[in-house]
Amino acid sequence: MPRGAFSAVGAAAALTLALTACSSSSGSSSSGSANGPASGGRTLVVGVTSDPDTLFPWKATQFQAVNVLQNLYGTLTEFDKDLNVVPGLAESWQTSDDGRKLTLKLRQGVTFADGSAFDSADAKASLDQIMDEKTAAVARASLSSVKSVEAPDAGTVVLELTGPDAALPANLATVNMAMLSSGDTEEKLNATPNGTGPFTLGKRVPSQSITLARNDKYWGAEKAKVASVEFRVIPDESSIVSAMQSGNVQLAVFDDPLVAQTAAGGGTITVARTPQLNYHVLQLNAQHGDLKDVNVRLAIQCAIDRKQVLDTAALGEGEVTGPITAPAYKSDPNRRPCPGRDLAKAADYLAKAGKAGGVTVKAIVSQGEYATSVNEAQNLKAQLAEAKINLELEVLESGAFVDRWVAADFDAAVALNGGRPDPDGAYGRYFTSDGNLNKVAGYSSPELDELFAQGKATTGQAERKAIYDKVAAELEDNAAWVWLFAGYTYTATTANVTGFAPMASGSLQYLRTTAVG
Amino acid sequence: MIVRNPVVRRIVRSVVVRRVAGTLGTLFGVAVLVFVMLRAIPGDQITAGLGTEAAALTPAQRQALELYYGLDQPLVAQFFSWLGNLFTGNLGYSARSQQSVLELTLHALPVTFELAVFSIVLALLIGVPLGMLAASRTSATGNAAGQVVSLAGLSIPAFLLATTLLSVFAASFGFNPNGQGFATLVEDPLLNLQQMFLPALVLGFGIAAPILRTTRTAVLEVRSDDFVRTARAKGVPERRLQVRHVLRNALVPIVTMTGLQFGYLLGGAVVVEQIFSVPGIGRQVLLGIQQKEYAVVQSTVLVIALAFVLVNLLTDVLYRVIDPRVRAS
Repeated sequence: MPRGAFSAVGAAAALTLALTACSSSSGSSSSGSANGPASGGRTLVVGVTSDPDTLFPWKATQFQAVNVLQNLYGTLTEFDKDLNVVPGLAESWQTSDDGRKLTLKLRQGVTFADGSAFDSADAKASLDQIMDEKTAAVARASLSSVKSVEAPDAGTVVLELTGPDAALPANLATVNMAMLSSGDTEEKLNATPNGTGPFTLGKRVPSQSITLARNDKYWGAEKAKVASVEFRVIPDESSIVSAMQSGNVQLAVFDDPLVAQTAAGGGTITVARTPQLNYHVLQLNAQHGDLKDVNVRLAIQCAIDRKQVLDTAALGEGEVTGPITAPAYKSDPNRRPCPGRDLAKAADYLAKAGKAGGVTVKAIVSQGEYATSVNEAQNLKAQLAEAKINLELEVLESGAFVDRWVAADFDAAVALNGGRPDPDGAYGRYFTSDGNLNKVAGYSSPELDELFAQGKATTGQAERKAIYDKVAAELEDNAAWVWLFAGYTYTATTANVTGFAPMASGSLQYLRTTAVG
Repeated sequence: MIVRNPVVRRIVRSVVVRRVAGTLGTLFGVAVLVFVMLRAIPGDQITAGLGTEAAALTPAQRQALELYYGLDQPLVAQFFSWLGNLFTGNLGYSARSQQSVLELTLHALPVTFELAVFSIVLALLIGVPLGMLAASRTSATGNAAGQVVSLAGLSIPAFLLATTLLSVFAASFGFNPNGQGFATLVEDPLLNLQQMFLPALVLGFGIAAPILRTTRTAVLEVRSDDFVRTARAKGVPERRLQVRHVLRNALVPIVTMTGLQFGYLLGGAVVVEQIFSVPGIGRQVLLGIQQKEYAVVQSTVLVIALAFVLVNLLTDVLYRVIDPRVRAS
């Protein structure tokens, strides 16, 4: 039998060699696959870890879904690459002198993917439905200042407001505010998206890929440069790096600094770092136990060296941050009672709270929600222990974490929260007494209510910045939460990709300006 | 074989009835267990879809979403509604994929089946010859090689081997067929075989270890039997002796082990499927769990359980084919 055994092993080896020999053809066919099916461009393959969980834009919160849908749908306003609000389907807008009316002039000649024209009736129907609780649209709260929507003519939409709302134009720019054709339903759009974006749906293979085709009727001055974009599902980020190395994928966005380092290390992939709007934070629930006392919260703030958390958990990839991460309103991370770690001051605060012997705080941590969560939590625990603060970690599966977070069932939470370009959108819902996430934030005050109201009523950028600086100071002085750092979004591209503009929001909006050589 | 004796026929029929009833009972038990376990996991389809944004829902919005996902029904009604879908044949509906679970499964199951067959073939090609070598008294090298492969197969985690192979092949040779869109055996046989090769090798290597060990033990046991000594004394050539007499008589435990491993593979090799982007049944279950798509998980697990039962049945039939003593009993 030994000879038989060797022949069997030999057969396996021959199979190996045969298949490996075929690999050269696969390598070349991969570049061949970059040739697009449509004329005048090629296919850009984007590696993603998951396919969209919904194709209905008003309910999309998953990163991958948002990235696909913002290329299919249009919004009244848009963000440019620096997150300034610029015209979208509305060419211009004007706020009345008393700030109670927002008039939007719509772009003419815009059509949906099915060929029907976009007009004010579609805009009114869309906004009315987003405001309707039965639709369960996630952006409903962003229209809380809108009393009614009128469409006086086909090219004009008028929003009657309960009061001034300077954040409204920015709120209209998210894909959750996408303009839909008035006859479309959720069921229909989940099967066949019908938007006004730079691409239309080409083909979808569930769990494997979704391919968008260039929309040649797109209203923008420049049509998409590639004929199609394929979002190819490769569930593991390391496998996406391998697919880029072998030339099968041309663009991907990573969150994990370790994966980004691996990708950049090979020399064939360019990795661009963009500071994120999202921020890593130790949320403190000021309605719970010892954390009701501001001195305990300040003691926690003083006992944490944020740079150490960043260096230990995220390889130093990010920047220490204050509450507001939006570039135009960025807070000074050192404008807080303890700009650096100060254990003596932490001890003073604990003594003032009558807890000189120490306190125990239970913190929930998500396992797997994002790459650095558990490392951050462990570092925080170690640092706080030196200040006699016992951070008891409860590491939870992501579903269990979300459940507890949604129910505000925690003393503290180690979290990565989504930032927004406008600070009112980012924090108004958390830290105003009637904000829809105030239960989770666990903190509000009359001062903050007043400041957020001022922020909404003020239109000048400089004046608003001054107001939100005060908001940030109020949050830090009361240690509502302990803001740690903001990481980077890593956009990896192969050498033949040009024209992509990464955004702090992680958005892939600029796929329309991207070309594949 | 036609059974003419009515008594024997009655016995056979009762055995078949018992077997079918046992299978149905097992499947119902699995269905109830999975249903209950899924509901015990924190979260639902709403929080899985919206994440922390679910905290911002008003009670009326939440109610609308519960109605949309059918979560407004009592648990018992949800169970029987799903059971009803099983009998209508569509196995439920996946809102994420906009397809029935039957359609999803009809795409995923053949992929997993192919991967399982490919893996088992590789595992047998590695495990059986090396197992026989390891059992050989004359080949110390073969024995050592068998021990090394067996130890490596059992101790190297699949995710490590998979990631290493993928990275090394992609970075060093530009070989990464799994980076291309998945092609089925019908669509593009050559690309499909390339895409299946590395995942099958990783799985096959892991499975080869228990097959190798089983082969070694079984061969050693058979080799000491009298009939082997007799055959050798009668001058049967060594190669023929090892294959026709020793291996054939050692097949029963090897088939048992192979059947078990094949059954597990049909359950989906989640980690390997994830790393190599193979759209098999394991990934289908994982996505279903992540998205809390109850119908997807429940129906797919039921299909896997059924596959396991069928593989066990097939293994029993194989015993009869390869061992006349079983036929006789």
